[in-house]
Amino acid sequence: MSHIHEHGQEPGTPHMIELPILDDPGEAAERRGDRERGPMLWRHLEEYARGGAGVSSDLGEFADPGVEVLDDASRRDFLKYMGASLALGGISGCAYQPPEAVVPYVQAPELLASGKPIYFASALTHMGFATGVLVKSAMGRPVKVEGNPDHPASLGATDLFAQADMLGLYDPDRSQTLLHSGRVEIWERLQTALLDAREKYLARKGAGLRFLTQTVASATLQAQFANLLKTFPEAKWHAYESVSRDSVRAGSTLAYGEVYESLHHIERANVIAAFDSDFLVSGPGRIKDARAFSKRRDVDAPGAAPMNRLYVFESTPSVTGGSADHRSPVASDDVAFLVEKLAGLVGVSGYSSDVVFPPRLTQAGRILKAMAADLKASIGKSLILIGDNQPPEIHALGHLINHALGNFGQTIELLPRIDAGPANQTASIAELVKDINAGLVETLVILGGNPAYDAPGNLDFAGALASDRVKQRIHLGLYHDETAALCHWHVPAAHALESWGDPLAFDGTATIQQPLIAPLFKGKTAHEIMALFLGDPSKSSLDLIREYWRNRLKAADFDTVWKISLRDGVIVGTGYKPVPAAPRPLPGAKPIATVGDDVMELVFRPDPTVWDGRYANNGWLQELPKPLTNLTWGNALLVAPAVAERLGLRNENEGWADVAEVTVDGRSIKLPVLIAPGQAARTVTVHLGHGRRRAGKVGDGVGVDVGVLRTSANPWSVAGVKIAKTGERARLALTHAHYNMEGRNLVRTATLAEYKEEPAFAQEGEHEGARGETLFETPEPRRRHEAGEGNSWGMAINLNACIGCNACVVACQSENNIPVVGRDQVLASREMHWLRIDRYFEGENIDDPKIDFQPIPCMQCEKAPCEIVCPVGATTHSVEGLNEMTYNRCVGTRYCSNNCPYKVRRFNFFHYALNTTHPTLKMLQNPDVTVRTRGVMEKCTYCVQRINGARIGAEIENRRVGGDEVTTACQGVCPTKAIVFGNLNDPEASVNKAKASPRNYALLSELNTRPRTTYLAKLRNPNPEIEAIARDASPRA
Amino acid sequence: MHPQEPESSSAPAAVLAPGHTFTTVTDQLSDMVLVRPYEGRWFLCLGVGFSLVMTLFTAAAYLLFQGVGVWGIDVPVMWGFAIVNFVWWIGIGHAGTLISAILLLLKQDWRTSINRFSEAMTLFAVACAGMSPLLHLGRPWLFYWLMPYPNTMGLWPQWRSPLVWDVFAVSTYGTVSVIFWYVGLIPDLATFRDRSKNRWAKMGYGVFALGWNGSAKHWHRYRTAYLILAGLATPLVVSVHSVVSLDFAVSVLPGWHTTVFPPYFVAGAIFSGFAMVVTLAIPFRAWYGLYDYITARHLDNMAKIILATSLMVGYGYFMEGFMAWYGSSSFEKFALLYNRPFGPYAHSWRMMVFCNVLAPQILWFKWARSNVGLLWVVSIIVNIGMWLERYVIVITSLHRDFLPSSWSMYHGTVWDYATYYGTLGFFFTLLILFIRFLPAISITEMRELVHKTQHGHGRTTEASPETGS
Repeated sequence: MSHIHEHGQEPGTPHMIELPILDDPGEAAERRGDRERGPMLWRHLEEYARGGAGVSSDLGEFADPGVEVLDDASRRDFLKYMGASLALGGISGCAYQPPEAVVPYVQAPELLASGKPIYFASALTHMGFATGVLVKSAMGRPVKVEGNPDHPASLGATDLFAQADMLGLYDPDRSQTLLHSGRVEIWERLQTALLDAREKYLARKGAGLRFLTQTVASATLQAQFANLLKTFPEAKWHAYESVSRDSVRAGSTLAYGEVYESLHHIERANVIAAFDSDFLVSGPGRIKDARAFSKRRDVDAPGAAPMNRLYVFESTPSVTGGSADHRSPVASDDVAFLVEKLAGLVGVSGYSSDVVFPPRLTQAGRILKAMAADLKASIGKSLILIGDNQPPEIHALGHLINHALGNFGQTIELLPRIDAGPANQTASIAELVKDINAGLVETLVILGGNPAYDAPGNLDFAGALASDRVKQRIHLGLYHDETAALCHWHVPAAHALESWGDPLAFDGTATIQQPLIAPLFKGKTAHEIMALFLGDPSKSSLDLIREYWRNRLKAADFDTVWKISLRDGVIVGTGYKPVPAAPRPLPGAKPIATVGDDVMELVFRPDPTVWDGRYANNGWLQELPKPLTNLTWGNALLVAPAVAERLGLRNENEGWADVAEVTVDGRSIKLPVLIAPGQAARTVTVHLGHGRRRAGKVGDGVGVDVGVLRTSANPWSVAGVKIAKTGERARLALTHAHYNMEGRNLVRTATLAEYKEEPAFAQEGEHEGARGETLFETPEPRRRHEAGEGNSWGMAINLNACIGCNACVVACQSENNIPVVGRDQVLASREMHWLRIDRYFEGENIDDPKIDFQPIPCMQCEKAPCEIVCPVGATTHSVEGLNEMTYNRCVGTRYCSNNCPYKVRRFNFFHYALNTTHPTLKMLQNPDVTVRTRGVMEKCTYCVQRINGARIGAEIENRRVGGDEVTTACQGVCPTKAIVFGNLNDPEASVNKAKASPRNYALLSELNTRPRTTYLAKLRNPNPEIEAIARDASPRA
Repeated sequence: MHPQEPESSSAPAAVLAPGHTFTTVTDQLSDMVLVRPYEGRWFLCLGVGFSLVMTLFTAAAYLLFQGVGVWGIDVPVMWGFAIVNFVWWIGIGHAGTLISAILLLLKQDWRTSINRFSEAMTLFAVACAGMSPLLHLGRPWLFYWLMPYPNTMGLWPQWRSPLVWDVFAVSTYGTVSVIFWYVGLIPDLATFRDRSKNRWAKMGYGVFALGWNGSAKHWHRYRTAYLILAGLATPLVVSVHSVVSLDFAVSVLPGWHTTVFPPYFVAGAIFSGFAMVVTLAIPFRAWYGLYDYITARHLDNMAKIILATSLMVGYGYFMEGFMAWYGSSSFEKFALLYNRPFGPYAHSWRMMVFCNVLAPQILWFKWARSNVGLLWVVSIIVNIGMWLERYVIVITSLHRDFLPSSWSMYHGTVWDYATYYGTLGFFFTLLILFIRFLPAISITEMRELVHKTQHGHGRTTEASPETGS
């Protein structure tokens, strides 16, 4: 939401509060005092909130106002009160009703107005790196994540993981108690144990003490580790991330002798070549990159730079490949081969420009050559991107090519390394396993991560951990997962939304991650565990972080800086400065050989929704259709259509799929086959993150664990796999099985050249009658729109900007309390998403199709077919042009859905909302949106609750709702701003400007439904030279 | 051939076998109920029917407990077995009114012996039909919101919705059918009252006979009322199924959005109704030995109607396809010319064409019409075909509509089948009870027929030229 960040300018709209900070040094001491007294005891709610008996003497309610003024009823106290009321509400299973009377607020906490949300700036992390967010808090409950426009990694948007973290917070399966050897234990005992360990290891300089983390991009934690390694010089810090960026770092080391982070300026690139790189949805700066990419494809913007051109060479279809102007499906080892050939073609010294391609790469080679010419014509305005799964040498080559093309300092810059810890994480965990087996590890502290599940199969990390060689195993994690089960101590981790932190963004910009709610399950942070080893048992995360930043910023008025940083969600000036560096030639680079045509290659990819398995228990993400495949609830073996035909593997109606056995070096797994148009013929792909055994009720046993095939030597791809049909069949929960557009004019596309020649191409063949002439009376909403009376809502979806990342679908789910229905219901074609991304494949060649995405929300038809057939008038039209659903009136004849040409209506076949009656899940619900009961229809409302909120605000101020004042959830989250919504009655509204584009068209307008949601046709910017090649290669030519 | 059955080679059969008097007719028809002992096979039939009724109750209870999700419906196929069954049962119900009302007005005296149980069949079919859309609602306990009733919210049904028209059409049809049937029963109930020996039966029939004493005044009023009701019921034959067809025709969905639907649905309804009458009449007359009353003539006439309506239905199919081809909508072309004959439900479509268009063509031949066994088989084929027709219309149109992204498949679940077979059981149970406890052939009208045949008033005795061959 754009308006929420304009602090205070717009009364009536939610705005962020300035955060008064409790810096009373006594308080920490008091809390320390409580802790030392043992288990927290409390007599009444305020006391609970204060941390237990002993501090009740200065209770806010009854205190002298001089002592505790309103301002000092700090937000933290407020959070604690909320926490207390949650406890009262039965959040923690063992909480009981206090005997004392509970009194309402006499003095309300600052800025808390009943029913009005408050937004707090914070950060959420994915693979360690931060995305700045604004979190909506409704009466003390965080309920929705929005992007922070001031944060460089968010720019106001988020990805699907940040959205789904909201559900992660309230997941009832989260670990709720501290455990020691399976028994419930108190934190103080662990403190004692770790402080004892500290004493022991101090004497031994840390020998035998090991830490295992994931990627650490938190400034304070990095400092703590630096400190720790100073105190315990023989202790070791291991880091492991299943989806590691080892190659990126190793490639940088090869090229520059040091680990640098690349900073891409995609908005400056005219030509982009991505080699197995899914840069639009992966990497620390993915949102910024996607935004920059789409900006250069907005040809209608005034003063727009020329449209960029994206070449993609990739082994398995990705979101980035879907946006490509030229996409070549080639195996991942052939991608490496092509990068090397490109180095020669663009004149990297030491590489021959006389390139020869094996027959299977003839077509890709032609494209590569044409691309090389294109790149050379855009010196300093092009960009080569190498995927994380390519080997380090190829990354180094990528740097060399970018240098040769003069891109350094233009489209790409180098930043110092932002995360810390071992640069080669795979080697790091391999070393840890080796040391465990050698008996060198006595105490292992695992801070986050689940290596017992996701470490490479050949290491047998779980086996090593389970052996008794490690005497003391401590695990901090959100879930009592596979790794926790093998540890002596398990500490429930605090969720990012309930703890303090300071994660860094892709460019080093720090954000203070602040808690929105007191930890639901008394979770702890890595900072607090580290503090024990550093001898600071008394310090909370907040203390540690403030201390770090006080020292680092050295500001005269630290408190003010701190408050501003908290409010804005960024610590200004913490972004890293680019460093100058020149790559050196690769020593001893051997030419890359190609393997035989019949050598099949297996590629591992992080799952687009559950990633490496860390989100496996997140129902929103399990049920979110994966971009391109539209698979939910599980993984599959992706094979190219040609390969499937050769091996006799079939996909049939209703998700029935043959099960194949994949064998690598004698290890094999069985999983269902999904035929993926656009998959490279030599490559089969599996996704990580499935087959969890201890994920929780949602994630257990979903999909197949592919870890057994993965080795530390080949974490991303392995050649020489065997695929065999087993004769078994399984069902894949696909939400959208039919790829073909059936020749229907649904997603309208043209090349840039065609568009320039015929700007109105998208409207060709439209029925004239659909443009206004009618014998019937003008409907009231239409009349009001034409007369400019009141508000008229409309939406434009720019297909040229949409990358199909699916973030909008999760955002919609979060905003509108959309239930998760489960695999069986998805198989029955009953998923509830109000917004879906349709995906079609275009072109004659199923092995190399063009890919189209089309988000489909409710079209809010002015002449809505659903309305006239409802026998009880449960779906009606508002004067503002919304097609409204009155849930209470719906009897469930379902005729409206049958008569909806867009099939956007969703029906509660069962009481799906019952899935959300768990006490914590209840807290997740948006209080502004009705939870629907069994037997009623529902659908996209254009986030009518937000419209109503804005209307109320406008009415109070006696003005009209502004054109861009209301932001729908899908619009707010979109990294590429593909969705534009607003008040059509404001001529200046962005939505009117978007709809004025000649590319604007209405879907199925021939039905005269007059949709308020319209689309801007998609453009491609192909290289004319390659078009000619393609015509030559086409069998029809 | 049954020995009692007239030879088919002889002159065209009469509507009533010769030699009957008022007494024989009255005795035979009332003895079916009042004298005939309870037989084991009757209990067997009742048992089978009743267990299916229990299945229906179980399925309905489970449905009400869990929600309509227990059925196979999904997105985009939001309507499934319930609507298929609804249209099918309503169609079956059609023959009753047609036989009772229209043929009465047209003075077709061959209707006389079959009208009573056709009417009963209509009622039971309408009961089964009415059940379906109620159970089909997402929140069935709010069904009454579809009816106009004054309420504090000032809310009325949404009159533009064909579902509201349906409520009126079906409830009117049901009401008129009940009244028509009951009025027709009154003189016979009085006969039963007078002849039954059991005191309780006497009282029971007596209450419902409404004090009928057979006076000329009574007869006069009875005849007038019956004719008026016939007049009222006549338009309903056309209206009910036309309105039902509008449930589909009003929509924008290719395959539903078709102007040919109202007449084609009415023809289909008569088609399936007569098929069901034949399906029931043949075993019924064999069981009770009613060859004198339901003669080859009846079967022959009904077979002809089945043939005629089959041709109309076939024409409907053809016009759907033709209009899709002739029109310019690619969606309709896809739905009707590709997806139905060649899509994933092609087997249903092809079966439907075989059952409804091809199989009845055998009835062009007299030997086929007079072969009772064959006719019975054809009638069952038609019943199946007409169920498939509704399945094809509802499912194939919905499962692949405008946006291929939403395309999906539909299959009934075990609860769909349980509900469907349950309604069949409900229907047969009611029918079995009806045959046992009420005059399944109108005694009054048969006596009139005796009078006509004896006194040569009816055309039927000399009617061979127009009804034979």
